[in-house]
Amino acid sequence: MTDFFSNTVALSRTQFALTAIFHMLWPVLTTGMGIYLVIIEGLWLKTRNIDYYHHARFWSKLYVLNFGIGVASGLPMAFQFGLNWAPFSEAVGDFFGTILGFEGTMAFMLEASFLGIMLFGWGRVPAVIHWIATILVAFGANLSTFWILSANSWLQTPAGGEFINGKFVVADYFQAIANPFMVNSFLHMFFATLETSLFVIGGISAWYIINQRHQAFFSRSLKVILVVALAVAPLQIFVGHLSAEQVYQYQPAKLAAMEAQWETIPAGQAADWSLMAIPNDQAEQNTWEIKIPGALSYILELKPTLDQPVQGLKAWEPENRPHMVGLIYYSFRIMVAIGLFLAGLVLTTVIQWLRGKMTPEAIAQQKWLMRAWLFAGPLGYLAVEAGWIVRCVGRQPWIVYGELRTVDSASNLPPGEILFSLVGLTSMYTVFFFAALYFGSRIIRKGPNLELPLPFNVLQPLDIEPAQHTPNRRPTEAQQ
Amino acid sequence: MEPLEPLQQFLPQVWFFILGLFLFLYVLLDGFDLGVGILSLTASTEERRSILMTSLGNVWDANETWLVLMGGSLFGAFPLAYATILNALYLPAVIMVVGLILRAVSFEFRENADNKLVWNITFGVGSFLAALGQGFALGSVFEGITVDPLGHFAGGIWDWLTWRSVIVALTLIQSYVLIGSTYLILKTTGDLQKIHYKTAIIATWTTLAGALFITVSTPLMSEQARSQLFTAPLIYIFGLIPILAVICVILLLRSLYQRRENSPLVYTFLVFCLSFIGLGFMIFPNIIPPSITIYQAAAASSSLVFMLTFIGFLIPIVLFYNIYNYIVFRGKIVNEGE
Repeated sequence: MTDFFSNTVALSRTQFALTAIFHMLWPVLTTGMGIYLVIIEGLWLKTRNIDYYHHARFWSKLYVLNFGIGVASGLPMAFQFGLNWAPFSEAVGDFFGTILGFEGTMAFMLEASFLGIMLFGWGRVPAVIHWIATILVAFGANLSTFWILSANSWLQTPAGGEFINGKFVVADYFQAIANPFMVNSFLHMFFATLETSLFVIGGISAWYIINQRHQAFFSRSLKVILVVALAVAPLQIFVGHLSAEQVYQYQPAKLAAMEAQWETIPAGQAADWSLMAIPNDQAEQNTWEIKIPGALSYILELKPTLDQPVQGLKAWEPENRPHMVGLIYYSFRIMVAIGLFLAGLVLTTVIQWLRGKMTPEAIAQQKWLMRAWLFAGPLGYLAVEAGWIVRCVGRQPWIVYGELRTVDSASNLPPGEILFSLVGLTSMYTVFFFAALYFGSRIIRKGPNLELPLPFNVLQPLDIEPAQHTPNRRPTEAQQ
Repeated sequence: MEPLEPLQQFLPQVWFFILGLFLFLYVLLDGFDLGVGILSLTASTEERRSILMTSLGNVWDANETWLVLMGGSLFGAFPLAYATILNALYLPAVIMVVGLILRAVSFEFRENADNKLVWNITFGVGSFLAALGQGFALGSVFEGITVDPLGHFAGGIWDWLTWRSVIVALTLIQSYVLIGSTYLILKTTGDLQKIHYKTAIIATWTTLAGALFITVSTPLMSEQARSQLFTAPLIYIFGLIPILAVICVILLLRSLYQRRENSPLVYTFLVFCLSFIGLGFMIFPNIIPPSITIYQAAAASSSLVFMLTFIGFLIPIVLFYNIYNYIVFRGKIVNEGE
């Protein structure tokens, strides 16, 4: 342990992992929920059903709580490449920094500027402009997913130039942006944020239904997300599968770690798929393991025997392959299991819907189904974090795959300095995590405020008085 | 050094200007955000704190984003500067980031909390820490960053902490309080507005004192600054800017004593703008003072062109929708007191 506290690289890695894992929790919801808010507000404008308006108002309360923490925890992400990874920043800044610059200018600013209108602009701008603001906020968030995934994919499969004297010289920017991993990685993350959000919304809706509060109101949100999830959940499994095949092709060492496969399986043989194992880094083998015979050859190539070998971890020297095999192996399995479970839950629920069991009257009878949705609520987060662990721990020892090593990329800082920021950020994040849970559950327990005034400038077929008092007991700004 | 191609000169200069613009907008806009945050520590009632927070509700996020824009673009355009400066300013940067995080989450938590005072205090303290970190960062611009011939940081971890950087930091905090007060003069009415006329007047004097000290001491302390500033053409700029700034400060004080509502903020903006131009001329053509130039730290010309193509044409659009946001939420904050 003393080694750890005096090891600059280990401390910087820990700090990056911790800040990234914490940061990921918040934008994952706001990115996906943004799309849900666009849909729900669109439904409100189209149908003029007040329920949809109240849905938009209610969910945006949770949205903004997450947004604030997401912005806050994103700041260290923007600066720590320079703070802790100065040699890396200098080596790849020409491309990597450019992309971060794009993300800020194109995505963050769009999101941040229209957020104000989206949250506080009801009644200040015409209804359509408000909807456009909501669309731009959602678009900005997903655009930032695109840029970040393009940048991260480039670290996995660098393209569009070469390293000359340790510095990456770009030859073709578009090739670098559209590097081999980019499309699948972006789609996988896009669906991940959407799916996570859909199940958070579904889980919370189920909680209200179980507790017999606003059942009709929340069976509406459940149905909206169900329609979207019916497409997203199976697609996500498909895109995930494509991503894994790309790992097989481009990063065989990562695949070996994902499968805890120590020995190479030569071409022409059937490959077993390991269901559970206890990998042992020192002994370079699994101390215990349950295998499904032949399954891996089907997963990778849809054939009983392999056309290409699956290389084992021992095919690389220990310094050239990922460690923490158990972490990578189980993170991968957790992610896959959650993906399959969520898709199964969606299909089951849709079948119940088709059987007429989802009417506001009948839905309360679906106790176990609703409990399953409640249980599924937080699973998306777990899958997202697990997936990122597989992606980035599995990439080690490289920071830029095959080109630049993580150990050569850290700033030469005194360990005490990093320890200071690490302890400071960790303690702050711990407090924020529990505070966010507390305030989030408070918003949920309080429930939707169905008394909220309608924005006065919406054409209304309904005979409703225009806004007389202000929402959320919050002082508002009056027009001059 | 071998002579540079015109393009190799021009592109880094353009990016120096764009980054300067981003930083200026950040300082101006998040400046009043942070200033209001610091001032909220002195607000006496929940109602007043609430008005102060509401005045920022719709803008703080976009304002803070200018910093992220600046960080990302610096990374892309001058990777060496991004790496070396942050490496050198590790502790001030961490203080700033911690402060910004604290104030951002305070916004959301306060909204949902019963005990709002706790989150008001974290909001104020966060704002103060962010301003302090930025102040020390600015201080080390004057002090210079020790680098090896390749431009990598070669100094100690406490280099940024000197008695002069403390004064620079305090001055920056004062100037944020000043711009925050003038913003509140614009956005509030009644007693709350009256208080901020007083705060603004005090802050004008303290900022002026700090700025005078910095302006006078910089050429006195540094031979390089002396040789750079006291030769043509910089001598004219260096002579002109303080004169213009003093005129603006006089106009600012007059507008404050006359209880004008809009012009104090405008004059404060002008003072910031002049200081910023002065600072830019002092640093240029360096990007890591005192020795690494923008040409040494710049990314490849192709990178700068590529970034310019996409970011350059977006800047007017970004400015446009930022302004639109301000227009939508123009006018006074009133507490409708349910």
